[in-house]
This record gives sequence, structure tokens and C-alpha cells, in this order.
Amino acid sequence: MISIEAIVRPERVSHVAQALEEAGCRGFYYVNVTGQGQQRGIEVFVGRGGQMARRSSVPKTLIRTVVPDNMKDAVIAAIISSARSEGAGEIGDGKIFVTPVLDAVRVRTGEQGDVAI
Amino acid sequence: MDTGDTAWMLTSSALVLLMTPGLAFFYGGLVRGRNAVSTIMFSFITMAVASLVWVFWAYSLAFGEGNALIGDLSALGLASIGIADVSGSIPTLLFVVFQMMFAIITPALITGAIVERFKFTTYVVFLVLWLTFVYAPIAHWVWAPTGWLFVMGALDFAGGTVVHINAAVAAVAAAMVVGKRRYPGLEPHNVPYVMLGAGLLWFGWFGFNAGSALASNGQAVNAMLVTNTAAAAGALTWGLLSQMQNSRMSAVGVATGAVAGLVAITPAAGFVNVMGAVAIGFGAGALGYFAVLLRPRTGLDDSLDVFAVHGVCGIWGSIATGIFAAEAIGGKIGLLEGNAGQVGIQIIGVLATIGYSGIVTLIILKVIDILPGLGLRPPESSEAQGLDITAHGERAYVQDGAD
Repeated sequence: MISIEAIVRPERVSHVAQALEEAGCRGFYYVNVTGQGQQRGIEVFVGRGGQMARRSSVPKTLIRTVVPDNMKDAVIAAIISSARSEGAGEIGDGKIFVTPVLDAVRVRTGEQGDVAI
Repeated sequence: MDTGDTAWMLTSSALVLLMTPGLAFFYGGLVRGRNAVSTIMFSFITMAVASLVWVFWAYSLAFGEGNALIGDLSALGLASIGIADVSGSIPTLLFVVFQMMFAIITPALITGAIVERFKFTTYVVFLVLWLTFVYAPIAHWVWAPTGWLFVMGALDFAGGTVVHINAAVAAVAAAMVVGKRRYPGLEPHNVPYVMLGAGLLWFGWFGFNAGSALASNGQAVNAMLVTNTAAAAGALTWGLLSQMQNSRMSAVGVATGAVAGLVAITPAAGFVNVMGAVAIGFGAGALGYFAVLLRPRTGLDDSLDVFAVHGVCGIWGSIATGIFAAEAIGGKIGLLEGNAGQVGIQIIGVLATIGYSGIVTLIILKVIDILPGLGLRPPESSEAQGLDITAHGERAYVQDGAD
């Protein structure tokens, strides 16, 4: 099984959640994060309206789901289609990372392996 | 000039002003976190802009003698009013100040229907036009001695028509023209703000209603008593309905029920007794509750239920004034004491307000929408990211693990 982590724009989260459900994901979680990448950050007021500054850190949302290996392509495609900005997409749309997972356990029953996810 | 009356009216004016930041938080807690600053700013900027519009020309348009439909420009910049001038038992300038606070909160109420997708700079322009062409005339009709509804005998102690029905209908017009939110949230982002805001509104409403007696006297006391009673009845009714329908008592529901009761008692506060207030508050809580349930069926994104709370309950309160007015309280006689005609007069006032506010607000919005450089909606990306950053360059909540 694999863990798919996607860092996406916060305003796309509900789209991505819906797309994940439609792709067959049985569960996922998400958390707000702050970070920086190729996006030029956001402009905020720093001097009571007199001065602006460019903050390099940008709020994003990290969504993580653990799925069986064979769902990898479907899930990635679902995330891309729902998280990408309209049209050809824009810098800041996000990144997806895939990592292997050693095991998963269902708390209620103690089942392990693919049946637990 | 009576120093007791003046002292109370000075205090009242401050109480009413406090209602606008209270409203800012009441509304602010109900929207998504990314639009909190924007929502609060709609109310806050109104404090600044309406204050100036009022003293420049809107007071004169509302309360100048003029004719039956509108005042005049005799008090432009308040230049014609001297510091020693008196209106009744209080300085005229104090009456100006007190009424100014009403002119501030009324347009701020409208913003509840258009949160999370209305362009801020356009709102400021809208505000100036709306105060001039909608608020001032209606205030004149109802409260100026030359106004036609005043002459007809329509009873509106503190602004059921002028403030609540007026703002509610304008809110519906605005929601219709601007359209739905693209990214509505489901829950309020900060319920404590909503409760805090409601508390400030309840507190400030004592100035709103009891101050409308324009004196420190028995009628003011009655107004404070019935105001509190109606708020309590409205809060409890809405809370119990929530409990009965969903097995839990919504805090936002209790807060909203209190506001509903306060709205409904506004036109009645100087004319009804405490038992009338119980009935009015109960009616407001019930009618408001069901009006909110019906809103999704209308297809209108009146996001913060401005019409359900201020429109429906304002209409109920205005008509209930005609029902429950007791001669012993304010010298006016209602249906229960044998005067059926008062209800008819109230209905005329309600219909006139709805008609005029709806039509003129629509015209103002349509005009602003097509003016170059204005327009009602910000771009889609702004709405997605949140208006806090895009319109104000600030965020309500800054999460920076890095610093």
C-alpha cells in the first residue's frame, strides 16, 4: 500500500475531497500547512495600511490518503483534475508525493494489511 | 434643555453606535474564516462613511422640513444648527448624533446578505447612494413631523420600518443582483464571535429603543423593559424550537432568536406593555425560525438571513404594534383596545417601505453594476482565496509555524 500526500490550495479542498471519494478512496485526512515553493507568496499589510510586504510563506492544505498500490494512478489523476486551477493551471497548484506504507491496522477489529484501508 | 434627558440621550447614542461593531462580529462569526476581516470591514467602514454622509447632507434630507416626501438641504454640514438650539428637551445637535447612529447601522445590516462575494469599494459607493436615496427619504416619511407616514399616524418607535424592513428588503435586492456565493461555507467559523456580537447588540438595543423616547422618562423605561423582554422571549423560543427539532439547542439559534425579538419590539417599544412584548418576542422567534428554514427553497443566497430576521420579524413587529399598542403606555391605541384602524395604517407603512426600498435599491445596484471601474463582484480567484487577503491585504487568522 502507498501513502499519497497532496499539498493543494485550501480553496480546492472540497473539490479534491469529492474527487477522492469518487475515485474510491475510503478515507483521507487533511490539515492546514504553511510553507513556500515556486509561488511568489502573498502580499500583506505590515504598517497599519501604510506598507505592504511580500510574505514568502503561503497557506496550503495537506491531504493524505493511504490506498492499495493499484489505486495509485486513479487517485493521482483525481487529485490533479480537482486541484489544478482552471485552464492550464497556475504556479501554486501544489505537489503530490507518494511513499510506501509498511502496514495499516483497523482500530476497531485489529485487521491488518490492505483490508484495513 | 433638560440635563437629565440630555445625559440619557448622550449615553443612548453611544450605546447605539456600539451595536455596529457588535453587528460586525455577529456577522463575522457566521462567515468563513477567510472572509472574517471583509465581513467586519463592511460594518466598520459604514461607521466612517455614514457618519460623514449624515453630517454633510443626509441629516438635512431626512429631518429638514421639506415636504411630505423628503426633507431639504437647509442643514447642510449642520451649519444652520447652533450649539444652543433645542429640539424638545435636548440639544438639536444631540438629536442629530442619536439619529446618525441609526443611519450607520441600517446599511451595515444589508451587508449580511452579500458577504463573501461583494466588492468592497463598490459597497462604499453603494452606501453613499443608498443613504441619500433610500434611508433619508424613508426616515423622513416616518419620523419627520412633515413626513407622510408620520402625519398618517404610522407608529414606529425606533425603526421597525426605517431600519429593519428597509434594510431587509434592500438586502434581498442586493442578494438578487449580486448572485450566490461560489464557495459558501456550511458552519459559522467562530460561534463565540456570534454570541459576543449578539450580546453587544442586545446591550446596545437599550439605547436604540429606550433612547427613542428622546427623554429620560417613563416611556424610556418601558421601552427598556419591553426590549429586554422581547429579546428574552425570542431567544428562548428559537432555542426551544431548535431543541425540539434537532435534539440540541443551537447557540447561534438562541443568539439569532434574541436579535429577532429585538427587531420585532423595535417599532413597538414605546407603545406596548410587557405582556405585549412577550407575545411579540415569541412571535418573532417562531416566525424567524421558520423563515430561515424556508430560505433554501427560495433559491436566494441571503447569506446571513437578513430578510428572515429583519424583514419577517420587522414586518411582524410593525403589525404587532398596531395590535398591542396600549393607551396607558404611549398614548396610542391598538387593535386589542378597540382600534382596528391602526393595523391598517401599520400595513400601509410596511408596504410603502418594502416597495420604495426594493425598487430604489435595485436601481442603485443596477447602475453601479454597469459603471466602469465598479461592478459588484470581485474576480473568482478573489472569492476563492477569500476577500480578507484580496480586498484588505490582511488575514483574520495567521498560522505561521515558521515564525
